[in-house]
Amino acid sequence: MVKQKIVVIGNGMVGHHFLEQLANRPERELFDVLVFCAEPRPAYDRVHLSEYFGGRTADDLAMGKVEQYREWGYDLRLNDAAVSIDRENKIVTSASGASAAYDHLVLATGSYPFVPPIPGHKHDKCFVYRTIEDLDNIQAAAKDGKVGVVVGGGLLGLEAANALKQLGLEAHVVEFAPGLMSVQLDEGGSKLLREKIQALGVTVHTSTATELIEEVDGRRLRMNFKGDKSLDTDLIVFSAGIRPEDSLAKSAGIELGERGGIVVDNHCRTSDKNIYAIGECALFNNFIFGLVAPGYTMARTAVSLLCGEAAEFNGADMSTKLKLLGVEVGSIGDAHGRAEGSAAITFVDEQTGVYKRMITDREGKKLRGAVLVGDTGDYDTLLQYHLNDMDLPEHPEQLILPALDGAAPALGADALPDTATICSCHNVSKGDIVGAVQGGCCSLGEVKDCTKASTGCGGCAALLKNVVDTELAALGVEVNNDLCPHFPYTRQEIFHMVQVEEIKTFDELLHRHGTGKGCEICKPTAASIFASLWNEHIHNKPHVGLQDTNDTFMANMQKNGTYSVVPRIAGGEITPDKLIVLGQVAKKYDLYTKITGGQRIDLFGARLEELPEIWRELTDAGFETGHAYGKSLRTVKSCVGSTWCRFGVQDSVGMALTVENRYKGLRSPHKIKMAVSGCTRECAEAQSKDIGVIATENGWNLYVCGNGGMRPRHADLFATDLDDVTLIKYIDRVLMFYVRTADKLQRTSVWMENLEGGLDYLREVVIEDKLGICDELERQMGNVVGTYQCEWKTAINDPEMLKRFRQFVNTDEKDEKIVFVEERKQRRPATEEEIVKIAEPA
Amino acid sequence: MSEVAITRAEWLQVCKRSDLVANSGVCALVGGRQIALFFLPDQEPQLYAIDNWDPIANAGVIGRGLVAEINGDLSVASPLYKQHYRLTDGQCLEEEDIQLDTFPIAFEGDDVLIQVG
Repeated sequence: MVKQKIVVIGNGMVGHHFLEQLANRPERELFDVLVFCAEPRPAYDRVHLSEYFGGRTADDLAMGKVEQYREWGYDLRLNDAAVSIDRENKIVTSASGASAAYDHLVLATGSYPFVPPIPGHKHDKCFVYRTIEDLDNIQAAAKDGKVGVVVGGGLLGLEAANALKQLGLEAHVVEFAPGLMSVQLDEGGSKLLREKIQALGVTVHTSTATELIEEVDGRRLRMNFKGDKSLDTDLIVFSAGIRPEDSLAKSAGIELGERGGIVVDNHCRTSDKNIYAIGECALFNNFIFGLVAPGYTMARTAVSLLCGEAAEFNGADMSTKLKLLGVEVGSIGDAHGRAEGSAAITFVDEQTGVYKRMITDREGKKLRGAVLVGDTGDYDTLLQYHLNDMDLPEHPEQLILPALDGAAPALGADALPDTATICSCHNVSKGDIVGAVQGGCCSLGEVKDCTKASTGCGGCAALLKNVVDTELAALGVEVNNDLCPHFPYTRQEIFHMVQVEEIKTFDELLHRHGTGKGCEICKPTAASIFASLWNEHIHNKPHVGLQDTNDTFMANMQKNGTYSVVPRIAGGEITPDKLIVLGQVAKKYDLYTKITGGQRIDLFGARLEELPEIWRELTDAGFETGHAYGKSLRTVKSCVGSTWCRFGVQDSVGMALTVENRYKGLRSPHKIKMAVSGCTRECAEAQSKDIGVIATENGWNLYVCGNGGMRPRHADLFATDLDDVTLIKYIDRVLMFYVRTADKLQRTSVWMENLEGGLDYLREVVIEDKLGICDELERQMGNVVGTYQCEWKTAINDPEMLKRFRQFVNTDEKDEKIVFVEERKQRRPATEEEIVKIAEPA
Repeated sequence: MSEVAITRAEWLQVCKRSDLVANSGVCALVGGRQIALFFLPDQEPQLYAIDNWDPIANAGVIGRGLVAEINGDLSVASPLYKQHYRLTDGQCLEEEDIQLDTFPIAFEGDDVLIQVG
């Protein structure tokens, strides 16, 4: 079969969408595809370009990846602009001299920024705002500057102003017209937007025409405005609108519009039937669509037609919702009310800075347009009325008036027809979303993955969630906090039952309050509760089958089934003799050795059957288990404190030892980490811990409920200048209150955030004893502290407990499938490829 | 095992009742093959034998997993990535095309017998 050749010129967002859509079709196989891209990188998200200065990298913004294109089988030519089209022979030639024959040519050349021909506009401190390279150049120029000016007060201009602000410049916007965003906003909306933006520190100059740009003092620029005014600046960014990039089409003799733009019909075809034009380079009905969603629709139209399906592009809605410098702005349909017979309803709140205006037909039945500034909460609802041509409610003004009783007549997802477009970027209708939910998607994330809804501009996120939630509710899916299918209770409820009824075993608990046989959620939870309350050895017979693997073997299972061993090194303080023992043990068992983040030493690669021997040697040397395997206190990190440090004001190591030795072994809903710093310099990083203690001149400051990890949270200052006794008392109470009331696997941070009343409530309970339970909390903690045993020490002296540490119950052979290799003079698990190599020598 | 054609699997004695850990698993090496043995005294049957190799984690760890009831099926949760394997037939409950071998197992007095064919 001879494949047809498609050549795509341009790899912006729309060009990428075309290629992505094509890749996902079975007809993809019918074509050879070659792409010319003038930029050095494949398509990226230009809509969110200003976030480049907010910390997003070029990688974050990337849409097309070179590998992805390779996988799709596309021939992507980066950094190689197409320079001519030979329509007669159907050949495209590029800047590098490459030529490519085509059967179908797709022009997705996009647009270029319009730079008004002001004398001096070519100065090297004048920029445009279009590509990542432009941003890099602006960033470089901003380094030594103080002031930046954007010429153009439209949507992109304000985005650019935001970017300048993020670069630390004093930002100005110079606009020729009397208002900002004059395309999308009416006078009232534009006026409020201006006020808000000025309040954010951006100076706005409207009705201002620049006549000359000249260099002054050899490095700065002076903008001379009509009427004698001027403004000195370090750089200028032009963002005064876009012009279709049509030069290539023009030189090939393809029909253009009077003021530029490649003329296309409703099939996105140009005057040459073998050539399509899509996106901002295309002129449909004498209109350039400067938004991404219509460009995507054009791309899909072209793909459908190439695949032999019927499809049409009949224009697109230009409604838009966005945040400009943090100000919410929305514009729907005929925002200016220019159509004949329009009526308007306006709501203005000067106090909070909100402007909303609806344009209806004369009868107030249909919504023709709207402008929202300062609050776009009603945008989704209004847009749906507009797009679906729905009849407005009897009192349409209620759609934009603030709801006094909190019950805004928001358009429920129920009221929308299935044909309603929810996500216009990816053309996803309500019906598509309902279908996805009914097809098995159970969460917002799954629906997004499945339909791509809300993965474009993200403007429909709230509405999408509403539709998904409504549909899930309709299917009877509800959120519940039951521990698991075997216990219709929360962890807290189960804790109380166990405590009040003095339940000691899982069988008893299951028999009294649960159903079935238990699972890996309820069993370890119950084991943890038993340990918090009764503190029996986790290997006591009734508890053996309840423990997660790591608790069972009192070590941390690694990827190849071996374990790591972490002895307790309280406060990070260790004698040379003990260090030597660790070294000897590690050497003897050939264990990979690493210092942990919690000031301990982790020994990796112990085989199951080696654990008891290793621990016998460690306990003989005075080590105890470090509970690295448990949901329990891990470590108390400390700095060296006043003993050695010239800045230390208290003995932080001493306090760390006291705290660690007190709470070691405490089983809790999740792991707990603590730290003690000897002065305010905070070298122990106590504020990133569940319990953080920082020394003051007068005692200790207590911080609670912080954590590092996946979702870091700074701890909150809970109490100040505590003496030793009060400090311990408060920690006792906080911890035990947490152990009693937290949900399964809930860290202290989330627990505290979910407490009604939060930190203040916790203070009331712990400091003021609001619930009258402090004595009990302390007694309970005293009980745990008093019944502490080193689990390993007990285990190695109990042959029954050691039974499970045999690799095989019927032989002393080793697990031969565990294979190590050496790296940096230590062992590590062999990779799969290495194992194959070792097993089958060439 | 491939060299000896076994037409009818024989019952082999692997270990004693006292080698098992109630409500939990242990591992045995039978004819070079690692087999996890689970002893659940309150269930019927009480004994389960299932391949010890976790094909998803690529490690011999199934015998060290936690026994969990999932939608009425007794299963073992792999300790590494937590997939569940049904004790009766080895079916992975998360991955349709993964199934571990299971083996007939029974008590004879204090002996634990297993058929590996």
